[in-house]
Amino acid sequence: MTDIENEKIEIGLLLEAIYRKYGYDFRDYAKASIKRRILRHCNLSGLKTISELQHRILYNVQFFEALLMDFSINVTEMFRDPSFYGAIRESVLPVLKELPHIKIWHAGCSTGEEVYSMAILLKEADILDNTQIYATDFNEKIIKKAREGIYSLEKIKAYTTNYQKAGGNQSFADYYTAGNESAVMNKNLRANVVFADHNLVSDASFGEMDLIICRNVLIYFDRKLQDTAIGLFRESLPSGGFLCLGSKESLRFSIYSEDFEDVRIDEKIYRKKNSHG
Amino acid sequence: MKRFIGKKTAMVDSGYAAVAVGVSTGGLDALKFILPRLPENFNLPIFIVYHIHKTSDDFLVCHLNDISRIRVKQAEDKETIIPAVVYMAPPDYHLLIEWDCTIALSTSEPVSYTRPSIDVLFETAVDVYGEKLIGIILTGANRDGSAGACKIKAAGGLVVVQDPETAQADTMPKAAIAAAEPDLILSLEEISEFLCNLNQN
Repeated sequence: MTDIENEKIEIGLLLEAIYRKYGYDFRDYAKASIKRRILRHCNLSGLKTISELQHRILYNVQFFEALLMDFSINVTEMFRDPSFYGAIRESVLPVLKELPHIKIWHAGCSTGEEVYSMAILLKEADILDNTQIYATDFNEKIIKKAREGIYSLEKIKAYTTNYQKAGGNQSFADYYTAGNESAVMNKNLRANVVFADHNLVSDASFGEMDLIICRNVLIYFDRKLQDTAIGLFRESLPSGGFLCLGSKESLRFSIYSEDFEDVRIDEKIYRKKNSHG
Repeated sequence: MKRFIGKKTAMVDSGYAAVAVGVSTGGLDALKFILPRLPENFNLPIFIVYHIHKTSDDFLVCHLNDISRIRVKQAEDKETIIPAVVYMAPPDYHLLIEWDCTIALSTSEPVSYTRPSIDVLFETAVDVYGEKLIGIILTGANRDGSAGACKIKAAGGLVVVQDPETAQADTMPKAAIAAAEPDLILSLEEISEFLCNLNQN
């Protein structure tokens, strides 16, 4: 047990060191998950203890940047959970279509696959030109990849299947230009997308949004931090504004759960309730 | 090979706080055998990682719940762990136990080619329950869970492995036996009996 207790102390100190040195605040991340990332990094770097890792982090920026990449879990795909995108088509786009101008915030967009997926849906609903999308992530390097929109052809195959499962009936190949090994997503899909660096832990809301998508991000936060993020979304949504979470995330355990109503509970699509009454 | 049966298992100390189970190929029959045998006053939480295809629906969980006396559910992110509930890892998510005794899910990369991974469950559960954790490895055709079982042993917890001769697929139990020197090697019937006995202590 002492080893386990010592590691808990070391993890607390490491996260504090990262915060004080680099300003990234992982102190309220879900600990079991972050511990696995840390130990994995120790292992890959041939370090025996977390204290050794802390020393390297403090004195070597490149080493910290490598750890930062490891802390952001960039497991994503286009039309991930196809039924979710089907539900967006059915239950959300018809409402958005009524608005003169649409603002969407994709928080924690990782390498951008889901941003392009949403842009495709909007284009097919004929409202992409009318929409401003803000796609954010805390990791600048990842945001750069998202902006480039280049994905391996091998993955594009699976994405095509996902697109079709999500109810897409156009030619998916029209949305990218294929090279030898990779595909570049069409520029017009990101014409109205602003890719920006934003940290849900420490940064403020940047305006009112009609739809916020934050999928498979909150599972890495502890309950307190999850509520901070949901509070930020709540603040950024007007009454009736949509909030979409990952398929295994929910508002059930949040202090703000009463402020939202279910739109499609099976797909974790919520709407902010009227604040009066 | 060490093998303890029936009477010996009745002498296992009480004071355990949780049970973590890893199961793969042949798992449906194994779970259908064990879970319905647990009494309704079973007083520990049970976490299960069962390797199933990532697009599986919740039929399995519903079925196991229907045939069991204790509640069987799919684990939800951030929920508080309570005794007498069986928490099953959702397909395509790792199941982790958080330091504040809540459930956490993760989509991080597969471990030993699989997500959910038994190792991830065992390693995070041992951080919370330490020597009060029981880890059980059942039938399976891969080696997931062996590393986690070693961590449970190192923390002073108890490791039980299904007797490979009784397992539909023996690779996983054999790997765990070779890696972790389990405390008990039992048939499904004996594992059920062992779990029921925990309750009486």
